[in-house]
Amino acid sequence: MALRVLVGCKRVIDYAVKVRVKPDKTGVVTDGVKHSINPFDEIAIEEAVRLKEKKIASEVVAISCGPKQCQETLRTALAMGADRAIHVEIPEPQSNTLEPLGVAKIFSKLAKEEDVNLIIVGKQAIDDDCNQTGQLTAALLDWPQGTFASEITVEGEHMKVIREIDGGLETIKVKMPAVISADLRLNEPRYATLPNIMKAKKKKIDVKTPADLGIDISPRTEILSVEDPPVRQAGSKVEDVSELVGKLKSHGFI
Amino acid sequence: MSKLRFAINLTKRYNGIKCGQQGLGRQLARRCMSNGPAAAANRDMDNSFALGVFCGRVHTRNLFPYPDALDDDAKDTVKLMIDPFEKFFTEMHDAAQCDIDEVIPESSMEGLRQVGGFGLQAPQQYGGLELKNTQFARLIEIVGANDISIGTLLAAHQSIGYKGITLFGNEKQKQKYLPPLISGEKIGAFCLTEPTSGSDANSIRSKAILSDDGKHYILNGNKIWISNGGLADTMTVFAQVPFKKEGSDQVSQKVTAFIVERAFGGVTNGPPEKKMGIKASNTTEVFFDNVKVPVENVIGNVGEGFKIAMNILNNGRFAMGVGMAGVIRMLTAIAIQHANNRVQFNDKLINYQSIQEKIAQMAISHYAVESVGYSVCNIMDSGVKEFQVEAAISKIFGSESAWKVCDETLQILGGMGFMRAAKVERFMRDLRINRIFEGTNDILRLFIALNGIQYAGNNMKELQKALKEPMSNFGTLWDQSVKRSKRFIGLSNTNALLEATAPQLSDSANKVTKRIEEFGATIEKLLLKHGRNIADKQFLLTRLADAAIDIYTMGAVLSRATKATNEKLPTAEHEQLLAATFVDEAYERVERNLSATVNKPNLDRFSAYSSIAGEISQNEGIASTRPLRF
Repeated sequence: MALRVLVGCKRVIDYAVKVRVKPDKTGVVTDGVKHSINPFDEIAIEEAVRLKEKKIASEVVAISCGPKQCQETLRTALAMGADRAIHVEIPEPQSNTLEPLGVAKIFSKLAKEEDVNLIIVGKQAIDDDCNQTGQLTAALLDWPQGTFASEITVEGEHMKVIREIDGGLETIKVKMPAVISADLRLNEPRYATLPNIMKAKKKKIDVKTPADLGIDISPRTEILSVEDPPVRQAGSKVEDVSELVGKLKSHGFI
Repeated sequence: MSKLRFAINLTKRYNGIKCGQQGLGRQLARRCMSNGPAAAANRDMDNSFALGVFCGRVHTRNLFPYPDALDDDAKDTVKLMIDPFEKFFTEMHDAAQCDIDEVIPESSMEGLRQVGGFGLQAPQQYGGLELKNTQFARLIEIVGANDISIGTLLAAHQSIGYKGITLFGNEKQKQKYLPPLISGEKIGAFCLTEPTSGSDANSIRSKAILSDDGKHYILNGNKIWISNGGLADTMTVFAQVPFKKEGSDQVSQKVTAFIVERAFGGVTNGPPEKKMGIKASNTTEVFFDNVKVPVENVIGNVGEGFKIAMNILNNGRFAMGVGMAGVIRMLTAIAIQHANNRVQFNDKLINYQSIQEKIAQMAISHYAVESVGYSVCNIMDSGVKEFQVEAAISKIFGSESAWKVCDETLQILGGMGFMRAAKVERFMRDLRINRIFEGTNDILRLFIALNGIQYAGNNMKELQKALKEPMSNFGTLWDQSVKRSKRFIGLSNTNALLEATAPQLSDSANKVTKRIEEFGATIEKLLLKHGRNIADKQFLLTRLADAAIDIYTMGAVLSRATKATNEKLPTAEHEQLLAATFVDEAYERVERNLSATVNKPNLDRFSAYSSIAGEISQNEGIASTRPLRF
């Protein structure tokens, strides 16, 4: 069966950027900071495009939820080979309080609208590290899920998923339609080439709002404060064992 | 060289002013016609900030507000291209190793093909990306910061190698040659330079003689220092085509541009030259031995070669300015990383004044080079056709600033800077050629000065035409003009720069205006004193060029800092400081350079230079006696 694939692409602060906390402690500095596609979502797009190249998938649709700049993220996905994109526009500051539950509701609604049978997302986003969207989406749709996937193989109506778990690798079989969340070793994403970026300009990006989809994205949690982790204290050198014991005693450790 | 014409009436104007020898009789000797187009008819020139300076006028139109020619879509497109393009350098190419191996490996060539690097500005119709100059500039910053050898490969291939076909080729030539060049399947090269012909491009000796059947040109010649010479399949070659003038037996020569395929036979190249820097770039001699070039392969028309060559070089010249901005940014990061962490005498280097001065100069340099660089490509993208002076300014200023910044970065790193591992020494070696190729800086300085002087001279001519009064009425008209305007050449809006600049920078704007007026006055003095002989006075011309470069740069930084202020950028104050500091220093330099062209002590010193050079030349070396007498 030809799969129709939905891929979630989150716009996050670029992994190489040194993140700074805002002085008012409400969040991190995002103005003028380099953003890019969440690395795990990039892996998800790559996997979907590869399925298309193997003729297992017939169409790949990329989705991103957030402010206008998300269209850049979608253009990257299109340049990598996605066929179409949907931008669910949520302006700032509302987008700052968007939670995995809201995103999962959007994905499940779109999955039904677009009649997809496979959803691939990154296992987590590198800004909030929630690791919930894939799981919540599967639950809302009542679809099986293969999370932390390091390898997926389509076998007729099923998909074999090798998952990375703490103890090693676990192999499961899920019946499609299903939700997969991509882990690091699933693949190595291709580079968008400059000619593909130009070609991607001709591909469609549909813009919708949560209201269009009839979805309530109000947050269920409230961020009280965002702070730097405590500065690491310098250690000190000791001359010999007796000094070491002395220090341990005076600090109350023994 | 251009010649300048002076109208008789000008003399009367200067009778009251001390400057050189006056006397109606003397000035009655008419000078030769100018070769340039009538300035008044050329809107572009009249809008050029750089050319206006030569008349003592502030032409803000092209530079204020800071030019911004790209629409949002174009900006978004190139923004997306940055990461993939950078990835080529960080993940597919090892610049340091290529420098040691002195070759660019096939894997890098393939990487460039895949990423689309061989047709960045070529027409989309033939598979290129057709990037505008400003988009291209942003990508060239990345090239400059990573590997100038790759920069040379790409520039020699597309910016000059096949640019002639894109700009001047006919449909058939474009369809035949562009697609494989754009895809990178075939490599291009630009073959102009010869052993006896470097800066003096018109003196090339390669010959292309029409065959008896009129179907081919037989090409013979020797080209040297051709980038991509050993790799190229399709070359743009310049050669002299002999022809007989109508009704005369005299044979003349005209430089003509040809598309030459290696496959034509008779094309060979020498081994790769061993160079100080850009070692991975392939530079060779190329020999043409009775090569049969089909007549269809003439680019443009026979005899247009020189114009085509100059146009090609001019068209791509802006790239170096922005490339250098990329290098300087990268080097500054290296320098400050070291200064922030290295501790000597119990303190971090950055806390010492002499290091602070070096770091500050780097940042100021960067802001200036970047401001000038992007002003040029934006001006080009907004459709302005006359930008050659600005492009030359950008090339000179960029290449010389980058060299100095690299030198200082190496110095800050100390012994470490001298070591290959720190990677600065490779940039030092790679950067040196930038002051020489693509138009040697010394020649470009003369080009700026003479272009500017020609423009100023034309303006005087125009004023005379506009007056068209009999001599007797001239006095009255003249008095009125003097009352209306500051400079006799035309109305100068002294407040133009002040009005265009943010209030925080008013001081700087006034300084620049003052220098522009003084520049105009100096040009007048010099023209009246030297007339057409100014063309040979290189001691003066180089100083005029340096002053013009400084003034244009002052304009560019003020414009950019003003834009930052008006847009309330978080970096606005920092940019104001960079701009104001640059203006402070340039203000003094310009004064020194201008007065050196007219003040006797300086002029005496120039004579001393000529004298000393003469003795050294005669002696073929140092001419003084050794201290030990042996």
